[in-house]
Amino acid sequence: MTDTTPPPVRRLAPGDAARVVGDAAPSVAPAPVDAPAPVGTPAGGEPAELGLVSAPRRRVSASSFAIDRMAIEDVSIAYSGIPAVRNVSLPVRQGEVLGLIGPSGCGKTTLLRSLNRLTELNRATSLTGRIALDDTDITTLEPTLLRRRVTMVFQQPNPFPMSVFDNVAYVLREQGSRKPPKKELRVQVQDALTRAGLWDEVQDKLDHPALRLSGGQQQRLCIARALAARPEVLLLDEPCSALDPRSTAVIEDLIVRLRDEVAVVIVTHNLQQAHRIADHVAFMYLGELVEYGPAAQIFRRPREQRTREYVSGAFG
Amino acid sequence: MSTVAPPVPPSAGDAPGPGEPPRAAHRDARESSSTWRLTDRIGLAICWALGLAFCAVTVAIVGFMLVQGARYVRPELLFSRPTAGFTQADTGGFLDPLIGTFLVSGIAIAIALPVGIAVAVWLSEYGRPYPLARSVESGVEMIAGTPSIVLALFGTLLFSHPALGFLSRTTDDGVVFGRSFFAAGAMLSLVALPLIVGATREGLQAIPGHVREASYGVGKTKAATIRRILLPTARPSIVTGTMLGIGRTIGDTAIIVILLGATLQMDSGDGPGGYNVLSGTGSTLTSYVYSNAPTGEGNQPEKAYAAAFVLLIIVLLLNVGVDVVRRRARKLS
Repeated sequence: MTDTTPPPVRRLAPGDAARVVGDAAPSVAPAPVDAPAPVGTPAGGEPAELGLVSAPRRRVSASSFAIDRMAIEDVSIAYSGIPAVRNVSLPVRQGEVLGLIGPSGCGKTTLLRSLNRLTELNRATSLTGRIALDDTDITTLEPTLLRRRVTMVFQQPNPFPMSVFDNVAYVLREQGSRKPPKKELRVQVQDALTRAGLWDEVQDKLDHPALRLSGGQQQRLCIARALAARPEVLLLDEPCSALDPRSTAVIEDLIVRLRDEVAVVIVTHNLQQAHRIADHVAFMYLGELVEYGPAAQIFRRPREQRTREYVSGAFG
Repeated sequence: MSTVAPPVPPSAGDAPGPGEPPRAAHRDARESSSTWRLTDRIGLAICWALGLAFCAVTVAIVGFMLVQGARYVRPELLFSRPTAGFTQADTGGFLDPLIGTFLVSGIAIAIALPVGIAVAVWLSEYGRPYPLARSVESGVEMIAGTPSIVLALFGTLLFSHPALGFLSRTTDDGVVFGRSFFAAGAMLSLVALPLIVGATREGLQAIPGHVREASYGVGKTKAATIRRILLPTARPSIVTGTMLGIGRTIGDTAIIVILLGATLQMDSGDGPGGYNVLSGTGSTLTSYVYSNAPTGEGNQPEKAYAAAFVLLIIVLLLNVGVDVVRRRARKLS
């Protein structure tokens, strides 16, 4: 790690889980899962289970612990005055995968990009509300340092046009510098590639151009790159939409394995994917957060009519 | 595992899937024209005729010059200096023009490359302040459209200014000569600049926005992104533009004739080594051809053909180089 990277404010090892589960109440309380059925659900007590979304096999058991890392509080985002996200509040937790779902143009990617202030690259963007990382307002952080703590993987696999090794080393090096030299970074590069589940496949071709890797490998390289900065939150913007099913499966397994060391937020169009890997799901529609809850509840017993229609495929 | 239907890879004979480009996009280039209308066929015939005519003209020019040049070019011409003489046998070779060609385009590229890349990066990646960026953009286009003889004329005025006297020779009574390798190279850099700016911008704009964001997304600054990601990615375009720029500077005649002093031999000024050469006068292959052409003052057609042959070979090699760079870049991406 380069010298400029500040020590993380709070780093949680999975072992601390037991202690955390009890006392870390989410600052933005979502409606409890087993709350009585709100208005709008069919009469007769328990809302009827939806059989329309085939329930895919979940890759993992429920998360063992969760601790709030980021808090999105009443956030609204507009591009040139046109609102894209309205009054959204959500917690982002380590130990869990948060899935953002919703039809195209519902603001989920915008919300995701605002978490590491990538939205600010567009000068016409305005944001109100507060986003906090470990109780620190992110607007008070240096953007480059924030983006090392909250890293992002994009929809298109976009390795830099350099070698596999250099793609990861670029993140480890200080800004535009070529230092530290290759041999000093080898351990860290290997570590990042291992965590992204790519090391075994690329250890013999570290000097090959990254663009020669397959699409799935490229995307895992992008994840390795995002992990190399030792982030606390990992943002994934439809990371599998350009990939084949086999690569998708590999990456989904990887995401679930990562959730204990980083808080994971994933935007996806693929409802089954959200069902497979997300612990909590937020459904957004027309810039608003319609419903937030555990994945099982959102997909089986949605409380809101719009959620019900979306997850059953009535629109999308 | 129940996933959504996996995207089926397109295979021959399949109807295009919803996410694939329409079939016409990858239509066989040699599709039969038997079903075409008469007007389409006439159009095709005209295209063929014009294409062949163009090739014929190109082959005629290049072929004629190569054949003529090959008759007169001899190795010793490349290594002997031009001298005064009465017959074509005793006027020497064109060593000085050859060196002059490399010197003058070296100076031009040394100025145009950094300036061109900087302008292109600024226009493409910053573009602010907006009015200034647009003005610079049209300024570059305007220079690209300016005949080099006009640039040359302006150069005589500019470099005759006493403040720039150190770039050329100054007479004892303070008159600045205004003609030197420095002067010609500086004005020639304006000929190469638009090509380099254009190619670099094109290369930068071809990089998708998400590649930049991937770099910002791991906490890199704009400067680091430009230096380590964008410029290396755009390198093939930059090299192409530079080679085209070199080609233009090598081929330019107007600026050389007016600003290089029109001495066939290199005539150094005073000062330390290197500086005295560059502030002196000389010639290039183009000005050598110009003065030795049948209509020129030298009128030694054999030497002109031989020099033109060498010039043509250099430019052809540059074009091959551009092609190689483009091909390699395509293979990598």
